[in-house]
This record gives sequence, C-alpha cells and structure tokens, in this order.
Amino acid sequence: MRKVYDFHGGIHPTENKHQSVRTPIADAGIPPELIIPLSQHIGAPARPLVSIGERVLKGQMIAEALGFVSVPVHAPTSGTVHAIEDRLIAHPSGYLAPCIVITTDGQDEWEEHGGVSRYQTLETADLIGIIRNAGIAGMGGAGFPSAVKLSVKADVQIQTLIINGTECEPYITADDILMREQAYEIIEGTKILQQIIAPKDTLIGVEDNKPEGIAALRAAAQGTGIEIVTFPTKYPSGGEKQLVEILTGQQVPSGGLPSEVGVVCQNIGSTVAIFNAVVHGQPLISRITTVTGDSVREPQNFEVLIGTPVQYLIEKAGYQSEKNNRLIMGGPMMGFTIPDTGVPIVKTTNCLLAPSETELSTPPPAQACIRCGMCAEVCPASLLPQQMFWFAQGKEFEKLEEHNLFDCIECGACSFACPSNIPLVQYYRASKSEILQLRHDHEIAEQSRIRFESRQQRLEQAEHDKEAKRAARKIAAQQRAEAAQESGAEDPIQAAIDRAKTKKAAQQQTSLGDESEREKLEKAVVSIAKRLATATSKLEQAEAEGSDLVGALQTGVVKTQQKLAAAEQALKDCEQPPSTDSAEQRPSDAAQVAIERAMQARTIEASLSPQEKARVDLEKLQNRLIKSQAVLTQSQENAEQEKVIEALESTVARLTEKINALQQQLSAAEEA
Amino acid sequence: MALMRLTSPHAHGPMSTQRVMQSVLLATIPGVIVLTHFFGFGTLVNILWGSIVALACEALALKLRRRPLGFYLKDYSALVTAVLLCIALPPYAPWWLIAVGIASSILLAKHLYGGLGYNPFNPAMVGYVILLISFPIQMTAWAPPRGLGELPGFMEALQACFTPAAYDGITMATPMDLLKQNNSLLIKDLWGQYPQFGRWSGRGWEWANIAFLAGGIWLLYQRIFTWHAPVAMLVTLGLLAAIFYDGGSSASGGSPLFHLLGGATMFGAFFIVTDPVSSAVSLRGRLIFGALIGVLIYTIRIKGNYPDSVAFAVLIMNFAAPFIDYYTQPRTYGHRNKRAGE
Repeated sequence: MRKVYDFHGGIHPTENKHQSVRTPIADAGIPPELIIPLSQHIGAPARPLVSIGERVLKGQMIAEALGFVSVPVHAPTSGTVHAIEDRLIAHPSGYLAPCIVITTDGQDEWEEHGGVSRYQTLETADLIGIIRNAGIAGMGGAGFPSAVKLSVKADVQIQTLIINGTECEPYITADDILMREQAYEIIEGTKILQQIIAPKDTLIGVEDNKPEGIAALRAAAQGTGIEIVTFPTKYPSGGEKQLVEILTGQQVPSGGLPSEVGVVCQNIGSTVAIFNAVVHGQPLISRITTVTGDSVREPQNFEVLIGTPVQYLIEKAGYQSEKNNRLIMGGPMMGFTIPDTGVPIVKTTNCLLAPSETELSTPPPAQACIRCGMCAEVCPASLLPQQMFWFAQGKEFEKLEEHNLFDCIECGACSFACPSNIPLVQYYRASKSEILQLRHDHEIAEQSRIRFESRQQRLEQAEHDKEAKRAARKIAAQQRAEAAQESGAEDPIQAAIDRAKTKKAAQQQTSLGDESEREKLEKAVVSIAKRLATATSKLEQAEAEGSDLVGALQTGVVKTQQKLAAAEQALKDCEQPPSTDSAEQRPSDAAQVAIERAMQARTIEASLSPQEKARVDLEKLQNRLIKSQAVLTQSQENAEQEKVIEALESTVARLTEKINALQQQLSAAEEA
Repeated sequence: MALMRLTSPHAHGPMSTQRVMQSVLLATIPGVIVLTHFFGFGTLVNILWGSIVALACEALALKLRRRPLGFYLKDYSALVTAVLLCIALPPYAPWWLIAVGIASSILLAKHLYGGLGYNPFNPAMVGYVILLISFPIQMTAWAPPRGLGELPGFMEALQACFTPAAYDGITMATPMDLLKQNNSLLIKDLWGQYPQFGRWSGRGWEWANIAFLAGGIWLLYQRIFTWHAPVAMLVTLGLLAAIFYDGGSSASGGSPLFHLLGGATMFGAFFIVTDPVSSAVSLRGRLIFGALIGVLIYTIRIKGNYPDSVAFAVLIMNFAAPFIDYYTQPRTYGHRNKRAGE
C-alpha cells in the first residue's frame, strides 16, 4: 500500500452520487441541431475551416487550433453548417460567443479515419500531435489543452504521472461510471501517457466512495505496474493541487505547475479520449455527462455529442421544469447556473444538475460574521477566509493579496461551512476580478506614462539638435567673416545687417503719417471710454450702497469724461482731411490755439443774454462745488492735515454762498 | 424560461449561526440544573429575568440602529449573552443588578461596537466586570450550598430578586475566598475546618464544574468550536496549580483538581473562552489564547484582589486576540513562509 497524505481542511457534503449510477451509460442520440463553440478550452479560440451551407462529416475538423495553447474543434456528427454566429454559451456570465451551428442529417456518417493500435511504435511528438489534433482539453472542468500539459520540457524529470479519478464533487458520477464501464480504455490511455512522459510511478487516484470503479480499474491494471491508490473521501481532494499533495505529500508551489514537483496530472475522461484518439483515430466529439437532481425523473449518465443543447439532454432524463429552481452546469460546489436551456454541452461539461428547492434551497440572507473560524478550518489552501471577507468588504486589495487571495481555488468549502450563510467565494471572485482589472488599468497607465516620457525626451532631443546646428552655423559664419576680413573683403554679415537697418528706417519714415496717429487716437478714445464705463458703473454701485467713496468716484467720472471729450476732439481734428487753408491755418504753437478758443468763447458769451449768462455761471459754479466737495470728502477720509481740510471747507462754503446768491439773482430776474 | 442565477457553491452545510447559539444554550442546561440543585432557584430566576431584559435591550438597540428586529433577534445571540452572564452572577441577585449587567453587556459591549460579530470583548464578561467593580458586595454574596443552609424555594427566590430589601438571605464565603485568605492552615486542615469544601474542590462547585465540562464536551462533539482554546486553558491552569501546589502547605495555591473543578473554571473554559467573536481565530492562535488565559486565571486567583478571575483573564486576552492572530497566520498551500505576504 502506498502511503497517502492528508491535506488541510476539506468538507463532507452529502454525496448524492447513488442516484445517477443505477443504470449504465445511455446514448443521448443526435439532436436536430448542434451548437459548437469555437472556444471550449483555456487558450485562443479555434478558427473556422468551414463555410455556411457546407456539408460536414462526423469527425471532420471544422475549426483549427490557433496558436500553441489552443485545440481544434470537430463535427460531432454529419450534417450541414447552418450558421457561424454568436450564440449563448455555457459560461457563468452568460456570454454570447462564436459558434458553428450544424443541422444534423441523422446519418451519422464518419469521415475516413484510422488509428494506430500499435501505438508503442509512435514517437512522443507524433502522439502529442495526435492528441492535439483530436481537440482534447482537460475534461475535468478547466479545459486546459492536454497536449500542452503533456509537452513537458526536456530538462524537467517527471517522477509521477497521476490520473485523476477522484471526482470529489457531490452528484457527479461521469468518471465513476467510466471506471466501471471503460476500465480497459482508461488503462490503455494511461499507458499511452506513460509512453509520452516516461514517469517513474503511475498512479490513478480514486476516492474510496467508488468501490465498483476501483475494483474494475484494479482488474484492468493487473500486471501493468499502474497503481490504483484510494484515499478517504473528502471534498475537494479532486482539485489538482490537493490530489498532488494526497498522493505525493508535496505541495505545488504557489502560482506554479505540478511539473515543478515532478508531477503531471490527467483526468480520467481525458485519458479515455486520448485512447480513442490514438487507437481509433477518433477526435473528441462526445463525452460522458451526468444528468441528475430531483427535477429529473431518471438521473443517469449520457454519452452526449459536443454541442447538444441542454434542453434536448435534460428532456432525455425526464426533466420536470416545475420542480426545478435552477440549472447548474457542473456540481453543487463549483458549478455555475446557466441562463437558458438553449446553451450547448461542451467538452468540459461533466454534469447537469437540476435540483428542486428542497434539495438545494435558495440561500437565506447572510448574517453577521461571528469569526467562528469554521471557514479557516475547512479551507484546503490554508487561507483565512474570515479575514479576507473583512478586507474584501473594505476593498482593501493590498491586504487581500497579502493574505494570498490568489491562492484561493474557489472550491466553496468556506461558504459551505459558514454558519452565517455569507457567500464568501463570491466576495473573493469579485475581488480577484477587481484586482486584475486594476492591474490591467495600471499597466495601461504605465505604458502611457512611458510613451509620454519618451515623447517628451524625443522633443527635447530634437530641440537640442536644432540648437546645436544653429550654434554650428553661427560659428561657421563667424569663421567665414573672419576669413573674409583677413582677406580684406567686405564683411558680408555686417553688410546684410546694414542693409536691413536702412530698410527698416525707411519703412518707419513712411508709416509715420496720419494713419498711425489716427490709430493711436482711436485706441485712446476706446480705452478712455472703457474706463469711463467702469468708473460710472462703480459710481452707481457706490451710490446704491451708500458708500463713502461716492464723492471720489464722482470726481473720477467727471475727469474721465473730460479726458474722453478731449480725446474725441483730438481724433476729430486728426480725421479732418488736411484742406489747403486749414493746413495754412494750422497753428504752429498751442498758445495761439488757446487764444483763439478764448476769443471764440467770449464771442459766444457776448451773444448771450444776461440770464443765460447767469445760468452758465451757475452751472460752472455747481460743477466747481461738486469738485470741491469731492476733494473735501476725500481729504477727510484720508485724514489730511486740519488746515487743508479747513481751507477746503471754506471753499465749499464760499461756493455755496455764491451759488445761492446767483440763484436768487436768477429767480429775481426771471420774475421780472 | 427564466432560470435562477446564483453563484457557487450551491450546497450549504448544516451549520447555522442559530444552531451554534442554540447548541450553546442547550449545553448550559446540565450546569444550570446542578447549580439549581446546590444553590436553589436563584440562578434560574437570574436567567429568566436576565433573558427578558436582554431581549428588550437587543430590540431597543436594533430599533435605534434601524435593523430588522425579527431577523436579528432570531440569531439567539442576545439570549446566549444573557444566560452566560446570569449563570456567572450570584444566585438571588437583586433585579436591578441583573438589569444593569445585561444592559451593559448588550448595549455597551455589543451594540456600541456594531452588534454581533463586531464586539472586541466578550459581552457577558464586560457586563460581569462592570458589576463586580461597581457593586462588589452584591457580587460576592454567594448563597451557601445545599446542606450548609436553608435553600430558598422558587417564590422566595423571586422575592429575593424583585424585592431585595425584604429578603434576608444568608451568604457564606466561597471556597475560593477561603483558600485565598488562608495563610496559616495546611490544606488538609483547611478542608477539615470549613464545610464549604467538598471532595476535590468546593461543595456543589465541583459538580457544577463537572456539569459544565459535560456540556462543553457535547459542544465539541457537535463541532461548535474546536478543542484548542479550552484544552490549552485547562492544561495550563492544571500545570500551574501542580507546580505551586507545594505539597498542600499553608502557602499552597491549591491542588490542580481544586482549580480545575473550582470557581468558574469549566464554565469559563467551554462557554466564555470559546466565544468566537472575541477570541483568536487561527488554531495555533487559539492554543496561545487559551494558554495565556490559564496563566492569567491562576495568577489572579493567587495574587489578585478578586477571588475568581475568569472574567478579567478573558477580557485581558481579548485585547491580545488580534495581535495573536497576526502572528499565527497559517502557511498557505504552496507557500514556503508561515506568515502571509512573505
């Protein structure tokens, strides 16, 4: 007896396996339509080789592998390609994905094919090629291309080949029934794998809850040196990492592959598929799927063509949709619910579970975590689920990674054990994808940063190069000039500069005409008008607020108004076309102008009646009064010397007096 | 056809928080029966009144915190706190003492921190210590065990609880007190002089401890908690008692059996130390947690001012639980180092 090891944690959910092993494997038959997704494995999707309307034969490759980590897809039966389009597939997120849809013809006509019964004569590379071309991907659940798994690097010595017949998930019996019925094929397939890998030991690991399967395997393995190792039933001993630990006592390093501890694992179903591919030349076009749960009348295992719609299959088992509360693809621990019965069976579909509400009840609302630690006790990865739950709630991603979130295999043992019904796995799954998204975003940001920085550097370099060229040119020119001077010739640079200077001076001369003058004045008018507008608005505001500044602002406005008038006058003068006589009259000095203006004013004044004159005077006085008052308030505010203030006050008083007198005079004159 | 979408796992184990709490309540029954047999109906009355107050306090807190009453009351956690505190209180305690203790447990120690699962300290022990410090006289008045005094009937017990002024009960020093105060007699002579001592420990006390031990073993069998913390605590306490037994001299700390079956040892080991919320979580952490509680219990029993010390020991270690957890993280599968993140 080989020593078996235990792994940390694990649970013992109700097995519910007996329901589906009462009858032998049944043939599910040919459904009218097959929906074959191009990606049923981990890696790049396959590329279609057929076109719509084309007739295909059973076993014909209809899509080829694209890249190393990829597998081809074959037609499960004969028929015509109906469509190549996006269809709803079996995925937890309810994706649409590219599928080849085949309308079957019921003739099940094989393509010409043939195997090699004496596979011992084949080279390893040929065997791996056959396995790859047969489209075989891990049939236990993940769907990793088998050929890739078997392509071990030459320098890696594989001690142990492990065939995984554990099937630890409740309900599922696909591998169990295969062991009972096809033990010979399993052993032959294992021999092919032995030939490829050349391991020291070959073990088939089976949980001790499958005595019939174990007995059948033992009988078939007699004299082959293949060891059938049994160990106590415990979920999730079928997880690859857990099985490696059970059988070898070694742990696969975090983030590593089993080959790092000298182990290669293959699933029982994949082993049979490899046998069929090599010996019979049949690609992977069908698989064993358990259809079970209280909502089907006859739970049993079916041999199903890949691409068979779920609806077709469950009806074969006597589906009672009224009892069913959810349809699970896979087992109750790690399976996922499917959105629709139209999704197809794929290479990794080991089970269809149609439970009733009493069987797998809808989970009640989660209660508070009481830190009981039952989750940590059952965790097969020795994580601390309750701590991770805490961090996941707070979105503390760094802490989560510190607590090795990515070593979680999402087996669901923690959620199963949690007395408070907390959906722990859901929290970890969400956190994982959020972290991956963040990493992705960060990577992109980092790339753009690098791109930006290198661009910046490039620009700087270009600038620098330009500068250097400029300097070089200057030096060269200087040298040329020096050389020219030395040779006595005229300095060409100096000559050029002189030329430029003369040209500029001439330009200035011509442009110094009325045009530029007028522009200047126009600008002045505009700016003064603007200032006036702001001053007026400020004044209005101040008046409205009853501010102390009213006086000062008034003065400002008045002054600006005068300036504006002056500027406008100047502009007008400038705009007047220089007629011949005005040109003659143009006064040569300012005094002359003032005199003329004063005389003009006097003549106007003289033409006025005394009343009008008085009014003009009054107006002038009032203006002065306003001004003086403004100055007074300003100096009061500024707390100027008393003398100044006194003088201003007396000025204001005098002005007021005068105005009063004038007004009286005026009113008297009017009455008269 | 509309199919229900749920994430895995779809199966759930039989364990539920209600079941955990109910099991704890059931497991106290043998102990309560023995206590009632030896000390009368006092403990039962404590539990009855305490449970009412606890449910009222819980409902009040939930209402103030705008939580659904039915959903949270059904988790039985308030009842567990009440029953555990009421077992720890002396029989025939006045109603207000119980009410203050329960209110402190539920409102201060539990809901102020955020309710079930968020309390860093064991609520029952917080309530107990608040009472012990505030009302030392009432808290140390233990009735004499059966055979050493008249046991009150149920009505008298009710009267003692609700009209304490009219009740004139007798109290007697507990064996723990006697041993602590002894400094001249050999253990053998001490046993001879005071009738409170029984076969191995205190009269009545030893049987109560055995009953709580039985309840605890049943809980272990039910997988409500793991053996680590209680066994570590009992082993440490027993070892220390053996080391300092001193052959039963007048300076002896008492025999290992005296300590294991005396005072609140078994009750503490299986009903208080095992409180998941406030204890360490990892298995190695629980071993350390339990062992240090054992050390503290013995130290405070022998050197401290209070005769028994489970409450203080547990509360002190509640402080240390997160620290212990930090240093006892298990090695994750496929990792070389023990501590996470390294």
